[in-house]
Amino acid sequence: MMASLRRLRGLLRKEFLQIWRDPSSLAIAFLLPAVLLFLFGYGVSLDASNVPLALVTQRPSALAASFIGAFEQSPSFRPRRFLTIQEAERAMTDREVQGVVWLPSDFDRRAISGGDSPIGVFVNGVDTNTARIVEGYVQQVWADWLGAEAAEAGRPAPLPIAFQPRVRFNPAVKSRDFIVPGLIAMIMTLSGALLTALVIAREWERGTMEALMVTRVTIREILIAKLIPYFLLGMGGMAATVALGVFRFDVPLRGSLWSLTATSSLFMLAALGMGLLISTVARSQFVAAQIAIIATFLPAFILSGFVFDINSMPWPVQIITHVVAARYFVAILQSTFLAGDVWSVILPNAAALIVMAAIFLGAARALAHKRLD
Amino acid sequence: MPPLDDGAPALRLEGVRRSFRSGDRVIAAIDGITANAANGAVTGLIGPDGAGKTTLMRLIAGLLRADAGKIEALGIDVARDPLAVQARIGYMPQRFGLYEDLSVRQNLDLYADLQGVPADERPARYAELMHMTALGPFTERRAGQLSGGMKQKLGLACTLVHPPDLLLLDEPTVGVDPVSRRELWQIIDHLTRDAKVTVLFSTAYLDEAERCDAVLLIHEGRLLGSGPPAAFTAQLAGRSFFASADVGKRRLQERLARAPDVIDAVIQGSRVRVVTAAPTPPDAAALASDLPGLTFAPTPPRFEDAFVARLRALAAEVPPAASPSAAAPASIAASRGEDVIAVSRLTRRFGDFVAVNDVSFHVARGEIFGLLGANGAGKSTTFRMLCGLLPPSGGSLRVAGFDLRKAAASARGRIGYMAQKFSLYGDLSVERNLRFFSSVYRLFGPRQRRRIDWAVAEFDLASQMSATARDLPLGFKQRLALACALMHEPDILFLDEPTSGVDPLARRDFWRRINALAETGVTVMVTTHFMEEAEYCDRLAIMAQGSVLTEGAPETIKAAARTEARPDPTMEDAFIAMIEAAADAPTQGSRP
Repeated sequence: MMASLRRLRGLLRKEFLQIWRDPSSLAIAFLLPAVLLFLFGYGVSLDASNVPLALVTQRPSALAASFIGAFEQSPSFRPRRFLTIQEAERAMTDREVQGVVWLPSDFDRRAISGGDSPIGVFVNGVDTNTARIVEGYVQQVWADWLGAEAAEAGRPAPLPIAFQPRVRFNPAVKSRDFIVPGLIAMIMTLSGALLTALVIAREWERGTMEALMVTRVTIREILIAKLIPYFLLGMGGMAATVALGVFRFDVPLRGSLWSLTATSSLFMLAALGMGLLISTVARSQFVAAQIAIIATFLPAFILSGFVFDINSMPWPVQIITHVVAARYFVAILQSTFLAGDVWSVILPNAAALIVMAAIFLGAARALAHKRLD
Repeated sequence: MPPLDDGAPALRLEGVRRSFRSGDRVIAAIDGITANAANGAVTGLIGPDGAGKTTLMRLIAGLLRADAGKIEALGIDVARDPLAVQARIGYMPQRFGLYEDLSVRQNLDLYADLQGVPADERPARYAELMHMTALGPFTERRAGQLSGGMKQKLGLACTLVHPPDLLLLDEPTVGVDPVSRRELWQIIDHLTRDAKVTVLFSTAYLDEAERCDAVLLIHEGRLLGSGPPAAFTAQLAGRSFFASADVGKRRLQERLARAPDVIDAVIQGSRVRVVTAAPTPPDAAALASDLPGLTFAPTPPRFEDAFVARLRALAAEVPPAASPSAAAPASIAASRGEDVIAVSRLTRRFGDFVAVNDVSFHVARGEIFGLLGANGAGKSTTFRMLCGLLPPSGGSLRVAGFDLRKAAASARGRIGYMAQKFSLYGDLSVERNLRFFSSVYRLFGPRQRRRIDWAVAEFDLASQMSATARDLPLGFKQRLALACALMHEPDILFLDEPTSGVDPLARRDFWRRINALAETGVTVMVTTHFMEEAEYCDRLAIMAQGSVLTEGAPETIKAAARTEARPDPTMEDAFIAMIEAAADAPTQGSRP
């Protein structure tokens, strides 16, 4: 027991000295998350603003001008006037505009009587995501204008009453508030898996692992000596990334710090466990990095529910998402940041993270052995 | 801990087999080896690269499992209880297993922790190891900043921090300078004599066999012979001679190699060393017609002679390959004498570090010129500058009449380059490699076809055309790499460590081709850390720490080291004398 502790202490001291003297693991823990957060935090946005939109007015009138004015006011659109519907459609085909709003010659009559289809709206379905957003925004503008127009004329609001969506927890509907917590889960998946996988692959490359294996050290001691320092390093990176999200991207943190720390620790163990598992097969840093990106980052990006809704996936894919640890962490983080400590969300997902960490660490322990073959 | 009888061997191998899978081929790395290593002795595990030395070391250390057979180290079955064996052995892998970011002291602390050395025993043990390795003044230096020889000694100190009963050293002397090599052997002698450690020492340097108490000679995974080195050479008593004649040494060597009763003929200095099939000199009268003044002087056999004799006996069982003609590129007019390479005051700095310091030499057309030195002496940096791959920091260099600072691309068209690890495309077939390298040199259509046909015939590659380069035996790889370097009929051939680690027959075959090329006027430049290889050169420069210590013909350099105690010095003796002289006269180099 004493001898085992002494070996562990020796390995830990070595690991901390190496972290300090070789900046590559510090870069993975701190620099990589910061760069990725800036890149994706600014690059990925599900909001539409300044969308180019074609406006066609068949017969100019005071009412039509007032409606067009509503588009000019909206920050979401950059309207362009076209004289004929054909020209407007050509512009949409050339992707100069994302959609067309067409005011027919009897616009005044239809708008006031509340008859069928007072305006025509065409959106470019090539980019379905943007198309749906544009569609929603146009409806919003239409409803707002109709209400304002009715109030001015002293008439009751036309039926059907304009649909007003209420978005809870993210009142401003800023997609960044919803993306950044998910992004933190992605980034920590990659940096956690890379930390352990790369560091062990480096020992193989430099031939030091071979020398370690012929000493009295046990494989359990080697794994623990890798887990402790990189857990601390990974949690440091996590804290820095959360701080960046809150202070630089103004994402609210409504949950408690201690529940965030506790759930992050569980996730970090799972991510480091994936890295250890990768290191049992990867003997070079290049291979380790490739596997870490393909086997941890990509599934986390696509299958965690961060960008794509899990409920709208086909059921076989939904089953696969259950083995993606990031799925549970994304759910926890989105709730902790935007809604607060919602225990009905946090507890089941945290339990799943415990299972994931146990599986990855257990598999790494079972597959690693003190031999080269 | 099971008791160990004094008479019992420290290591017993019984029918050990181990194979590896490479793609869909199975390669038998160790193919049934039965051998012993005596307690308290130095046993040399000797063989060329790819013979299976490292695999065998790893099997003994419990890092690999044998497919069949039994390994007993210190009386313990390695397969059954690897941890018990690992507690009592010391193992130094090829790259020494050091943490380069840690200081000398921190490396020792780590291994002392791992090997369970109690804290109160450490100061005495460290002092002893620092004294033995002379690393005392450098305990706070990071391991990455030590020289190759110092790293090797620190690696050894780390494996000795807990005194082992059995010490496994995997090629500890590869690429380190001869002075460090000699110091390592002194440490090993001391360990076996005073500390009663059993040592298993693997090496590809055949001359180290004679320093071992016993030798296990392995080749292609099989045991080719075992016993004390003297038993190997005794079989060759009276069969080794030095031949000299009034013709060029290359012609003499070439003619003697074809004589019927000669099994080996190699150039050594100005003479040719000959080994015969029977204990009589070759028939001088029959050879005298084209070799005037031919004489033979008997000389004691070397370990290498015994190895070559055994390999020839093995090769006799398979039909011999067609003997190639002289590899004669067509375009070269053999006008000797003019300087093809002229290097003057060449310097290269990397930051504060001076890799090459004020180096000057000239190489004439058709000459074989060698750069001899340890890893880190500046050979490769000099080479890269000569090939136009690296701009110099100072000095001038002209290659094939071009100033490399201005016309590197034009000069490169006249240069053939064969890199250290034969930079072939491992996943491509032999034919694809030839096609690729010829097209890189802008050979197309009938001219390309002609050169590929030439290479196939010249280097006897026809049987392997569709084989992937990765799976070729080392000797074939080397031939293919040389063929690729010669596709565009270069005037100058650069060879970076061309034959380190290949078996002696492949090395002889390679040098026969190089000699033939030089005879047709191709200028050959070679880097090597291999003392024997230097003997093939017409002239050579010995480099250490970025500077040229001396330059001249091999026999002149050796003659300079002749003393009364050492009437017939080897190249290694000369090298060591040179380094010691440089250390005594600090004005000679920029650094002591």
